Amino acid sequence: MKLPSLRDVATEARLLLIGIPVFLWTMIPIYHMFLFAISPKEDAFSGKLWPDHPTLHNFEIVFKQQHYFLRDFYIQFWNSTVIAVSVGVLTLFIATAAAFAISRLKVPGGRAVLNLALFTYFIPAAFLAVPMYRTMGNYGLLNNHWSLILAMVTIASPYAIWVLKQASDKLPVELDEAAVMDGATTLQIFRLVYLPLMMPSLVAIGTYAVLLAWNEYLYAFLLLSNDREITLPVALGNFLAADDSPWELLMTTGFIYALPPAAVYYAFRRYMVGGLTAGAVKS
Amino acid sequence: MAITLSGDQAMPGPPLSSRLTPAQVWGIVLLAPYLLVFLAFVVYPVCYGLWLARDPANYVALYNDPIFARAAINTLIFLVVGINIKMMIALFLSGFFAVQRTWIKWLSVIFILPWAVPSIPTILSVRFMLNPEWGMINHAIFSLTGDDGPNWLNDPTVALCMAIAVHIWKSLPFWTLILITGRLAISHDLFEAAEVDGASWWQKFRYITWPSMQTLYVTCTLLSMIWTLGDFNSVYLLTGGGPADLTHVLATLGIRYLRLDQLSLAMASIVCAMPFVLPLVYFMMKRLSR
Repeated sequence: MKLPSLRDVATEARLLLIGIPVFLWTMIPIYHMFLFAISPKEDAFSGKLWPDHPTLHNFEIVFKQQHYFLRDFYIQFWNSTVIAVSVGVLTLFIATAAAFAISRLKVPGGRAVLNLALFTYFIPAAFLAVPMYRTMGNYGLLNNHWSLILAMVTIASPYAIWVLKQASDKLPVELDEAAVMDGATTLQIFRLVYLPLMMPSLVAIGTYAVLLAWNEYLYAFLLLSNDREITLPVALGNFLAADDSPWELLMTTGFIYALPPAAVYYAFRRYMVGGLTAGAVKS
Repeated sequence: MAITLSGDQAMPGPPLSSRLTPAQVWGIVLLAPYLLVFLAFVVYPVCYGLWLARDPANYVALYNDPIFARAAINTLIFLVVGINIKMMIALFLSGFFAVQRTWIKWLSVIFILPWAVPSIPTILSVRFMLNPEWGMINHAIFSLTGDDGPNWLNDPTVALCMAIAVHIWKSLPFWTLILITGRLAISHDLFEAAEVDGASWWQKFRYITWPSMQTLYVTCTLLSMIWTLGDFNSVYLLTGGGPADLTHVLATLGIRYLRLDQLSLAMASIVCAMPFVLPLVYFMMKRLSR
């Protein structure tokens, strides 16, 4: 084995000099949340880097719903899940249909629809929040899960259509032509040729829409207010209403809430990185 | 096929429905769900919102509201300072993560975490860290120096900086990832040739990396600016717009007016942002849709 040269050591040291701050910067807020989750209240407020008596008691309180703020934990978790999955399914349905129509069937006006979608994608969603809130009131959907589902589908589909359209453009036209030669109907082409080939992009877009809906705070807190209708992020925000908020329980619930999206993200990372970054910015 | 059989007996000027091929009819049917969503939840709210904001008195009221002016300035600082710092760090880190090392590969997996986890619990976590009495940071300052740390979120300037820091924490991984993709697309031969010629680190960046990445970098910066205009969480969950409504940005201002039951002001404040948003959006659309 040969000894590393002085130059190699210097390079490595410089890399570490960047790597260590990056690690700390990334991890401190997350570690802080974890620390609170495993600390009894006294330890959490003492500023220690590791609690004297680490405990899972906070998780027990959350899972047994033993606190005023956590009375409806399970139903709120369920609300978040139902809404996220519904948004994922509906967005996939709407966006795949639209992308197929625009890219494969070359429907007249498809280009204009795509531009409209792209335009909506660029307008920050927060700007649409107030009019959306009033609109849902006019439709009589406030405090109904459908209001949040439909709002999130509206926000998720433009990007979904755009990414799926880009992906479908890459499929060879000859496939469709061959299927037509064999007498396949449009629906058969969609089901048997198009969908299987688009699978990786569909996984990426489905994940994108589910995570977007699961993570949404602004729209959820505007559109839903009843304690048994709200989603978990709104419930987390409501913790702040009290002067002496139980921060250790807030962080525990937040930790539980953050786990599913992180797991989904890492499970589908291969698709996410390829499918989404390619679409997000095309130089 | 059916079409070839009926081809010789085609009538002149058939009605529109039969002029469309079956594929095109399906195309319209498949496009319909999105169009319905678009009409019901984009066109209608936007028109309704513009109608609510039609009274010129609203704009006079906004002009006279010091909170509005403050929010506009805060937004500008957030965009011009925050985004540029973020993108420069992202550009720098994209070079770091492009280095081939096992531990850097693992670090890049961890580095994505802020992007992968929802923002609400992590922002609230930072919020408690900055608590002047109980937070981890002031505890650390006290044990190191024996002095009390600053009251972080009670000073509008510091609070706004913290909101920008939270924003950077959250979205830095995403932009770094995109810039890494751009950097990896540069041909390796160029760097090898530069190496042979004895180019310095700076020269390699200046003459190879930057020219290949500047378009991507500018696109990313503009896109990030547009999206950051809508960053509600970083400000609202960290400072709540306080102290004394001095850290609001345009994204949170609408909600503030809504809470004060001044709906038309909420809409008017968004309309005021449009002259800045629309040119950016137009530019981005030209860039992305070829």
